[in-house]
Amino acid sequence: MSESRGNGKLIRIEVLRYRPEQDEEPFLQGYEVPFTDDMSVLQGLQYIKDWLDGTLSFRWSCRMAICGSCGMMIDGEPRLACKTFLRDFPAGSVRVEALAHFPIERDLVIRMDDFLAKLESIKPWIIPKEERSLAQGEYLQTPAQLDVYEQFSSCINCLLCYAACPQYGLNPDFVGPGIMALLHRYNADSRDGAAPERMEVAGSEAGVFNCTAVGYCSEVCPKHVDPANAVNQNKTRAAGDYFLRLVTPKGGAR
Amino acid sequence: MNTSDSRRPYVRPMAGWWRRNPFFVEYMIHEATALFVAAYALVLLVGVMRLAQGEAAWNGWLEALRSPASVAFHAALLAAISYHCWTWFRIMPRTMPPLFVGGKRVAPALITACGLAAAVVCSLAVLILVWGATR
Amino acid sequence: MKPISRRSHAPIFWGLFGAGGMLAALFGPVLVFITGIAVPLGFIVPADAMSWPRMQAFAQHWAGKGVLFIVIALFMWHAMHRILHSLHDLGVHAGFALKVACYGLALLATMVTAWLLMASGF
Repeated sequence: MSESRGNGKLIRIEVLRYRPEQDEEPFLQGYEVPFTDDMSVLQGLQYIKDWLDGTLSFRWSCRMAICGSCGMMIDGEPRLACKTFLRDFPAGSVRVEALAHFPIERDLVIRMDDFLAKLESIKPWIIPKEERSLAQGEYLQTPAQLDVYEQFSSCINCLLCYAACPQYGLNPDFVGPGIMALLHRYNADSRDGAAPERMEVAGSEAGVFNCTAVGYCSEVCPKHVDPANAVNQNKTRAAGDYFLRLVTPKGGAR
Repeated sequence: MNTSDSRRPYVRPMAGWWRRNPFFVEYMIHEATALFVAAYALVLLVGVMRLAQGEAAWNGWLEALRSPASVAFHAALLAAISYHCWTWFRIMPRTMPPLFVGGKRVAPALITACGLAAAVVCSLAVLILVWGATR
Repeated sequence: MKPISRRSHAPIFWGLFGAGGMLAALFGPVLVFITGIAVPLGFIVPADAMSWPRMQAFAQHWAGKGVLFIVIALFMWHAMHRILHSLHDLGVHAGFALKVACYGLALLATMVTAWLLMASGF
């Protein structure tokens, strides 16, 4: 080893490799990596790339669980590689794969075009109920009004919830848990007035009713957002819109 | 499976997905309680049919309910539908809007506990009603 | 991503699924216990609790009819909706025919129950 770290401890990191120009399908490749107790799985991968195999591809940026780039399947569970530590795999080996339910671009890099298109479709910004001029001052909000949506604003778009959602894996048209958490973050904001537009997404055939309340999305979220709750609150709301539309001429989302 | 994309993104198959994680195995088990709920609805439907057919048919149905196989079957139904009850209220905090009492958000565990308590109250009420009406 | 244009009609079936699921969670276990275990074994409630005259009177009363109808119909709608989704989970994806089969069975059970309860008189 070219670096004197690890205090003699070694872990075997098995990585699911896929190089589209030469591989027909992905395969597992193992690397022996020296490590210390403060090393994350991400640092293990960086060690591989720096010292063992420069061809390995993976995404990362902040190393501190805020950018949401390094989501991957670690021993079969969707996790952030920077927030998962090598010391927590006492069996001496860990398997790392690209996030489930997404197409693999290369090695641990997934293709997120689908997610980004969906993100745009829900207009993830505040569309004020009534425009205020600068002279009119700020859009005020009480702590109680903040509390209704605050946890949903913690989403970092890391896609772990998508890798935890079998319904997204089975039907990629489903808008999915993360987008619904973001949609809810804006719909539930007292300053926002665009809920009816966004509810067209929630109530569509690609919307919330694809969810079967598996609930694993909320278990794996590294920021303790509860996407399952966002999806299911909007089932109730979408159903309300659906039936209200029948009894009132201008009721509901459309 | 590859798409026609020149970048050849690799799409992994979903077959057997629910065996990959204990969380999914449990999900499939609690979804399967629907088979038992349907079976019980059909048992009751046959009962209503026998009732409409007259006294002899009805007594034949009651006799069938007394067979050991039927009692064992209903014990299985009881276990499965009780499991449905538990999983239904376990997921409830995730499916409902946040609940505030006295300005504080009600904890998920308390919501589940209230649901289970409601099931116990409903069960006792029905038992007392039936016991009172038939003794 | 496909354009999001078509409104889902799932609220109807999801509503019935939810109502049936709540009913089954609150009353399912006790009903199974009474009709399938307690009465047949004469345990807690008397063995003649479901005797012909008593049950006929129950089914002829509007409230009794209502209970039987709601329990059977909603349990079926709950179960068939969930079974349809479980088939999807197992890779049998819901085309129009499968939806008709699942929801059709629930509708059939609902209509047969209604018809039998009407036929048993008032």
